[in-house]
Amino acid sequence: MAGMFEHGAKTDKASTAAFKAQLNKVYAWYAGGFLAFVLVLAVAEQMGLPKSYIGFIFLLATVGLYAGIGIMSRTTDAAEYYVAGRRVPAFYNGMATGADWMSAASFIGMAGTVYLSGYGGLAFIMGWTGGYCLVALFLAPYMRKFGQFTIPDFLGARYEGNLPRFIGIIGAILCSFTYVVAQIYGVGLITTRLTGFAFEVGIFVGLGGILVCSFLGGMRAVTWTQVAQYIILIVAYMVPVVWLSVKQTGVPIPQAVYGYQLAKITEREKQLIADPKEVEVINIFKERAAAADAKLKDVPAAMAADKAAAEAKLAELTAANAPAVQVQAATKALAALPKTADEAKKAYTAAKTANASRALPLAGMPPHAQQFKGDPRGDAKARDVFDTDRRNFLALIFCLMVGTAALPHILMRYYTTPSVKEARDSVTWSLFFIFLLYFTAPALAVLVKYEVFNVLVGTPFDKLPAWIVNWAQVDPALLSVTDINKDGIFQLGEMRISGDIIVLATPEIGGLPYVVSGMVAAGGLAAALSTADGLLLTIANALSHDLYYKMIDPNAPTARRVTISKSLLVVVALAAAAVAAQKPADILFLVSAAFSFAAATFFPVLVLGIFWKRANRWGASLGMIAGLGTTFYYMATTQPWLRGVFGVTSPIADNIWWGISPISAGLFGVPVGIVVIIVVSLLTAPPKKETQELVEHVRYPDLKLGQA
Amino acid sequence: MQLTERHHQYWRTNLKVTAVLMAIWFVVTFVVGFFARDLNFTFFGWPFSVWMGGQGALIIYCVIIWYYARFMNKLDIEHNVHEED
Repeated sequence: MAGMFEHGAKTDKASTAAFKAQLNKVYAWYAGGFLAFVLVLAVAEQMGLPKSYIGFIFLLATVGLYAGIGIMSRTTDAAEYYVAGRRVPAFYNGMATGADWMSAASFIGMAGTVYLSGYGGLAFIMGWTGGYCLVALFLAPYMRKFGQFTIPDFLGARYEGNLPRFIGIIGAILCSFTYVVAQIYGVGLITTRLTGFAFEVGIFVGLGGILVCSFLGGMRAVTWTQVAQYIILIVAYMVPVVWLSVKQTGVPIPQAVYGYQLAKITEREKQLIADPKEVEVINIFKERAAAADAKLKDVPAAMAADKAAAEAKLAELTAANAPAVQVQAATKALAALPKTADEAKKAYTAAKTANASRALPLAGMPPHAQQFKGDPRGDAKARDVFDTDRRNFLALIFCLMVGTAALPHILMRYYTTPSVKEARDSVTWSLFFIFLLYFTAPALAVLVKYEVFNVLVGTPFDKLPAWIVNWAQVDPALLSVTDINKDGIFQLGEMRISGDIIVLATPEIGGLPYVVSGMVAAGGLAAALSTADGLLLTIANALSHDLYYKMIDPNAPTARRVTISKSLLVVVALAAAAVAAQKPADILFLVSAAFSFAAATFFPVLVLGIFWKRANRWGASLGMIAGLGTTFYYMATTQPWLRGVFGVTSPIADNIWWGISPISAGLFGVPVGIVVIIVVSLLTAPPKKETQELVEHVRYPDLKLGQA
Repeated sequence: MQLTERHHQYWRTNLKVTAVLMAIWFVVTFVVGFFARDLNFTFFGWPFSVWMGGQGALIIYCVIIWYYARFMNKLDIEHNVHEED
């Protein structure tokens, strides 16, 4: 196996063909080996291998494998380290891009989002695939022709100087870092689930796997590891869905048949909305919310009443000589009562919102097949809800698509192909491999929902399947069930489920052996690790190649540049792990923010740089700043967490533009960026002749001047 | 650097095909998305716009990219700007 990762500078046809043949052979054996490994574990499980061992074996085997590829691909050569020697065939670059692209959010979270929000969740499915049309048509072939190492490289050359390059570095680091924190957080979650380690320990174990790989071999190691990771993650995603599909419909192609299950869900939703038991649960939540609201009207009186009630209960228990456990619980409850009026107000408000949010039909989920909330033919309010929801749906798709086409760690991958032609083919393969997972996710969501609605709802509480108890133990925030109306039967409204466990729990929901759960967790780990690898490399390269080599010391020898990149990689990885270990509350928001930032900073400047020769240095610099600034301003004034960070106090309603939510701030940043680039470029001098010739140069795969 | 008429023709054809494919992309994504509530007829079990969002649009995106790569690789050769291997 080592042979294929050896450095070889030969580029003639025969050796390329031999290289491809060797790759095919190695990865065919690898995929077969992985399946055999899973089968052996499955047999071992039947023979009594404990579950915790299976989790450990999966973790060690996969992380060990990635590390092994990293060690075999170690390099200090700059072209190998930064762009894998530019000889990655289109097909394999497609797989590597697929793994690079599909993060913990795609693998773990996306199907869960569709489960919870129905049609609204499809914004992520469309946004994260349709963006590749922009990559293919506007960027990838031209970037490959330009043929340097990083995105700031392009900005520096096309826009004549270090100012645009420097802004590019800042932008690349800003979006990659927010994104990598989320990946490492995902790694920690899965490792904890697989092994039972503490969350912080889990983070650092996963980090080891990431570092061995990218540290030793840079882009070369990352590329070949990502191919391996793609194979694991796609198998792990498909197996449980196909199983559920066979179980429910008898057809092993879930993507083709889930429409019929969706029709059944729509019927079932109508029953559930009318079901008297469900209505009973909703009314109880409504009463609780109303009670909390009443307390808010007179906080001091409510505090006194709460205190009196708790004291009375304690006294009663003590007087009745109740068991020590009950007395302790009552003492604790008394001690936990809010001490100050402010605390009490906060607690009552929280209780009010929490209960109100559960006092909704279908546990707060919209009907799965309903497009947008509200009603276009209803009263003014319903029409307004409909319009706003639709506008936000389209705005989110726009931001995710443009952001996809501007994330530096993805664009960088197209530098690694041998030619412009292969770069184009490579985007096709990339989207194909991404498509396989993305068009399965909506099917997974529907099949799981069918299972929950038809099998789970109506089950007596003492007969609920084991996975519910297991997941509730991992973290009640992920899954909790309580018999609200005390009828001993499970109602939909009595479960609170987080989107993040839908995919991880699918094997258990379908009744598959534990080994499949282990495999799915390993798939999620592969998704998170591969994306983290690519992102860390982007950040380290921006600092070492663009900042140090291009701006500070242009005479630095190659070996030193690679060494600096490697050391920076460790520092950045540790910094990201430290942030992730704090469990920042708004991690999902951070990920989406990275897309809006990338869209507003890079997309206008890169596309205009290729398609409009007149775009110049000042236009580009100010355009990037304006785009990023607008996006940042909108988020800072409308997103609750950022408002807290920056101390914004003006009411949110005053700062919202056309009802667009902060997640889609790029909707404003992108056009502002484009307009500023155009206006400023036209007001200042055109770029030099050599720069305009560079633009001509990237537009043609091979100009062949003098012979045409 | 002096570009020939053939080069300009190549670039104009490229812009044209890019514009056509982007128009398809726009319709599939934003026009279908905008009229999602109205495009609610049943399509093999799915409401049509739900199928488009979860599967149809994705298939069309794949085809767009595949067609562009094929078209441009041919155009390169026709206009003699392809890479020699």
